[in-house]
Formats: sequence, structure tokens, C-alpha cells
Amino acid sequence: MKKFAFALTAAALTVGAANSYAGEVEVLHWWTSGGEAASINVLKGLMVEEGHTWKDFAVAGGAGESAMTVLKSRAISGNPPASAQIKGPTIQEWGSLGFLTNLDAVAAQGEWDVVLPQVVSDVMKYEGHYVAAPVNVHRVNWMWANPEVFRKSGAELPTSWDQFLVEAEKIKAAGYTPLAHGGQAWQDATLFEAIALEKGVNFYNKAFIAHSDQTLRSQDMIDVFNTFKQVRKYVDVGFSGRDWNVATSMVINGEAAMQIMGDWAKGEFTAANKKAGIDYVCLPAPGTSDSFTFNIDSLAMFKVEGKDNQAAQQDLARLILEPEFQETFNLNKGSIPARLNMPREKFDTCAHASMDSFLASSTTGNLTPSMAHGMSTSSMVQGAIYDVVTNFFNDDSMTAEQAVDKLARAVKASL
Amino acid sequence: MTIKASSLESKATSAQAKSFSLADLIPKLVMAPTIVVTLICMYGYMIWTAVLSMTNSRMLPSYDFVGLSQYERLFNNDRWIVALTNLGIFGGLFIFICLFLGVMLAIFLDQKIRNEGAIRTIYLYPMAISFIVTGTAWKWLLNPTNGLEKMMVDWGFESFTFDWLVNPDKVVYCLVIAAVWQASGFVMALFLAGLRGVDGDLIKAANLDGANIFTTYRRIILPSLKPVFFSAVVILSHIAIKSFDLVAALTNGGPGYSSDLPANFMYAHTFTRSQIGLGSASAMVMLGCVLAILIPYLYSELRGERHD
Repeated sequence: MKKFAFALTAAALTVGAANSYAGEVEVLHWWTSGGEAASINVLKGLMVEEGHTWKDFAVAGGAGESAMTVLKSRAISGNPPASAQIKGPTIQEWGSLGFLTNLDAVAAQGEWDVVLPQVVSDVMKYEGHYVAAPVNVHRVNWMWANPEVFRKSGAELPTSWDQFLVEAEKIKAAGYTPLAHGGQAWQDATLFEAIALEKGVNFYNKAFIAHSDQTLRSQDMIDVFNTFKQVRKYVDVGFSGRDWNVATSMVINGEAAMQIMGDWAKGEFTAANKKAGIDYVCLPAPGTSDSFTFNIDSLAMFKVEGKDNQAAQQDLARLILEPEFQETFNLNKGSIPARLNMPREKFDTCAHASMDSFLASSTTGNLTPSMAHGMSTSSMVQGAIYDVVTNFFNDDSMTAEQAVDKLARAVKASL
Repeated sequence: MTIKASSLESKATSAQAKSFSLADLIPKLVMAPTIVVTLICMYGYMIWTAVLSMTNSRMLPSYDFVGLSQYERLFNNDRWIVALTNLGIFGGLFIFICLFLGVMLAIFLDQKIRNEGAIRTIYLYPMAISFIVTGTAWKWLLNPTNGLEKMMVDWGFESFTFDWLVNPDKVVYCLVIAAVWQASGFVMALFLAGLRGVDGDLIKAANLDGANIFTTYRRIILPSLKPVFFSAVVILSHIAIKSFDLVAALTNGGPGYSSDLPANFMYAHTFTRSQIGLGSASAMVMLGCVLAILIPYLYSELRGERHD
């Protein structure tokens, strides 16, 4: 045990000197689409430069569902990969099962406590010890709009959900689809949490982090559901089951005026050769300009055998937080670095806005985890909320009061 | 002469006994791995699932027993009730319509028509496609913005609407449409084989007695196909209960979760929502549904054998 601790410390101390140990890291992830694969290859290149071997373990599909299934079976059989793409409270779940390794030495050396906002570093820790490293920050409460459609229909860009309903009516009258949306549970939830966020971060946190029964049953929550149902009127008829990127292309093509979606949507605009601020605009979702709902991807580190492999794993954690990787990865992915105060010349205006808001909200307490993207609560509670939200959105006969009651009961049952 | 014959006979019997033991052993040896795999991978995991359904397993299996509370949670879960109701509607309509269409097609094809082989292949062909392909193709056809509805509107029928796919109350019927399209050809093939096996003399006798073609089919031919009916119902109900890929491709459970079937519920809870206990409980209920169909079937089959 002493020897093991020594090896860890030694590894941590010699991290600067390359090639001290040449180990292997196996990384389970689902960054398989074009831009994402390019992003993760940057990390692979850096690891190879350090003399380590990178064993890619990409499992595509289903927003990581398939990857998680593979991870579980590997972990149960006692052979987890060195590192896996896990995020949010799931990190805590794995931590509590005793699978994750300690990264405190690397974190102390890299001053993670200083370079990461506390809200972010809290997510990366289990019982006060770093067990995961963040690779990026996505802002979820974005609205993507096509200014051409707004001009043609004589509408203004909305800054509140009440105004959204007014402008959407004009857009609809002009023959466009006001809101591009895909009827999948997570997209419904993304829209729903953006509406809930207008009621303030305090309300949002009580409902989606603390799950206060009182807040879940409050008049504010009924209002949120009512607005949610009204917004439903401005979605086109074929929305059911549509993928998010198809909805984004409706905004790109000028069929639809707006989409509420995280900043990964920017990749679609970029791929279509559209310029931010000219062909499309990015705005905070109506009424949420002060707040920032985050979705952070991270790599959690599992306990592995072998000194060399442990050293490689610690190196991997260190490299993830280094400015070089944070910049390249996020330029490719459309997100912003998890590190604060990074050079920002290479990023576009939408990313700048996101960075400003990230910095500002991290000091005001308006930086909050996204419920729809599994950052605020366990997968069980999240699933329960998804069910109620998506059912309400699609069921014309359910009233907001009934939905609130169902929500409170479903959350309670899954806690 | 008789002595010679009897000694020959005894020789033959002893040789038969030897070869019998070897011949008896080989099939057993050949079957052994299959039996072991079946025992462990099917029955073993069935038992494991049953055990897990009585624990509070979440992300990983645990053995903290909580009795039947997962079943209680299951039946208090709105989404499960929707899934189970959908299974009832989907299964019932699917089996009924498939049988009806299958029998009709088989009878029509049995009228000694020209190009029967080609037509039979066309009807049977959907069975060769996976449910994923069927689901995706029907998703495009039924989608109001780019499928059938758009075509009719483009042709000038402005008021034509067919939005079942996006209507939570009707979406389950879309599943029925796609599944029937896929499976009724298979039922047709089963019945066609059955019809070909009916004794021609029976039909001639019926004709002599003055029965018309409708009566002949209703009173004589179809009743003699009872075993085929039975097999078709059992196979179709299995398809219905285990349906997962069709929903995944056609609607992905939507709108909302209005087109969920139990298999989709089980998958979502076991593998994506860290509710292995609840997912296992739902799997056990599905197993119960299968057994409810299988046991009467096996019972009647075994009893039938004894009668022979």
C-alpha cells in the first residue's frame, strides 16, 4: 500500500518530465461524430507525445446510453477502462460504488481549485476529492434565431417568454414555423427548463436540485407549465420524434424562426457556412440572460492496476485541464473551456458571449446545472421529470395543475 | 431353418444394442453445450432477473431485498400503465388483423391463380426485413409533413389530414399498421401451407353434398386448420410482446411516451435510468404475459399428443 502511494506521488511529482512512465490508458467515450471525434483526437495526440499508449474505446449511439451499458458490464466484471466519459451526478454514483481513483495530486499541481469555478469543481469531486476532469462547458439556455425570418414577419427578437408568445404569433401569421423543435423527451425537457429558468435561479434550484415539494407544487410551477403548453402551439405539426439537428436545419433554411438548444447547435450553423451575427444570431433563451445552465462533459478516472497505467492516467487528467487541450477541443466542439480566463481570440462571438456569461454567473450564483442534460439530479429523478414534461407537452387534455401534481408525485417516488 | 433364423435375429439384436448406445450418446454430446448455454443464459438469467426485481438495485445490481415494492412502484407508474395498455391494444389488433388478412390472402392465393409464386413472394417479403427498416420506412410514410398527408395535399386534397403518428391517442394504431404490414404475409404463408395439406377428397365430398365455396371454407377447411391457427397466434403474440425495435424506429415511444410498449419501458429503466430493480420487475411482468400464452398452448399440445 505504501509502495502504491509512493508510486502515485512519484507519478504526480514527475508529471512534468515526459516519458518517465509509459503506460496505457483506455478511454471510453461517445464522441464519435465528425467534430467530436476530431476533438478527442487532440487528447490522443497529446498522450502519445507523452509516450503513453491510447486505447480508444468509442461506443456510438443514443447519447451515451450504449456506452453506459458497456461501462456497467465492464465495471461489474472487474475490468473498467482507465477513463470514461461520465458527467454530473453520475460521477457521484460511481464514486459511491468505490470505482473511481483519486486525482488530488494532479489537481493540486494544476491548481484546479483556482482555474475552475466552484460549481464546476464540485461536480468533479466525490467526498471532497477530485475523481474526474472537465473537458468543456456547454451553455444550454441558448436561443438560435434566423434574423431573416424575423425581418420578413416583422417580429422582434423576444427577451421574455410573454414576448415570445406575441412575436411567435406574428411569425406564424407570416407563414413560418415560429419554433423549431424536436419531440424527443430530452428536447422537451430542454425547452421546459428554459421556461422554468425565467422564474429565477432560486426557483430552478429548489425544483430541480433540491426537489422541494413545495416549489414543485407552487403557483410558479403551474405558470411554467401553462407557458410551456402555450409555446406548444408554435411548433409545426411534424415535430414528433424529430432529431435536434433536423430542427436546427429548419432555422438554417429559413423555415423556422427560433430554436431553444444548447451551444452544440452552433456546429450545425458552422457546417452550413453560416456566420454568427449575420446569418444567425445566438441569444440567451427568453428571460434567462442573467443565468447560465451548464452541461459539462468530463472524463472520470477509474481505479486501474499497474504503476505505468496509473501514471498514464494521472497524465491524462493533467493534460485535460491544460489550456492547449481545452482550447482546441472546445473550438472543435462549439463549447467553451471549463478553465476560466483562457485566451479567447480564436473563439467566435457566440462563444465570447457564453464565456462572459459563464464568468459573470459564476460569481453571482446564477450558474446552475442543467436538469435536462443530467447535471442537476440523478438519472432516476431526471427520468421521472422527463416523463411528466413530455407527456404534458403532448397531451392536450392534461391541465397544468394536474401536471404539477404528477410532477411532484413522480419526483417523490423516484427519490 | 427356424433355428438359423432365430440365431441371426439374436445377432442382429446384440449389434443393434451396441450401435444404439453409441447413437444414443452422440446426440447427447452434440446437444450438451446448447443445453448448458440455454440453462445458464436463459433460465439462469430469468432467475437472476426475478431475484433483482425484488431488490432495490439501481445503477448496478445489489442484493438489498425489498420484497415486492418494485412491483408496487411499477403499477403506480403512469408510464408503465400506458405501456401495458398499449400492449393490449397493439397485441389484440395486431394478432386479429394479421390472422384475418393472412387467412384471406392464403385463400385467394389458393384459387390456382397465375403467377402465384411471384405474388406469394411479394406478400412474404416484408417478413425478410427487420423491424427497424419497417419502422423507419413507415415513419416517413406516416409523418404528416413529408409522407402520405403531404402527398394528398399536394395532389389537391387540401383538407386531407392523417396525423396519427403525432397524435398521442392514435399513435398506437400506427404501430399496428406497420406491424401488420410486416407480419401478415408470414401468416399467409403458414395458412397456405396448411391449405395445401387439406385432403382434396374432403373438398370434393363437400362439393358433392352441394356446399358452396364459402360454406366449404367456413365449415370444413378452416376448422381443419386449427393447429395452424394455434401456431400463428402463439408466434404473433410473441412478436407483439417482445416488440421493441419497431417502437424504437417508428416513434421512439413518442409523442411523449404515448406509444411505449413494455419492452421499451424495461430498456429505458434498466439501462438508461439506473432503475435495474424496477426494470427487472417490468421484465418479469412481460415474462408473465408470455407464460400466460405459452402454458395453455403447451398444455393443449401435450394433451393432444397423448390422445394420439
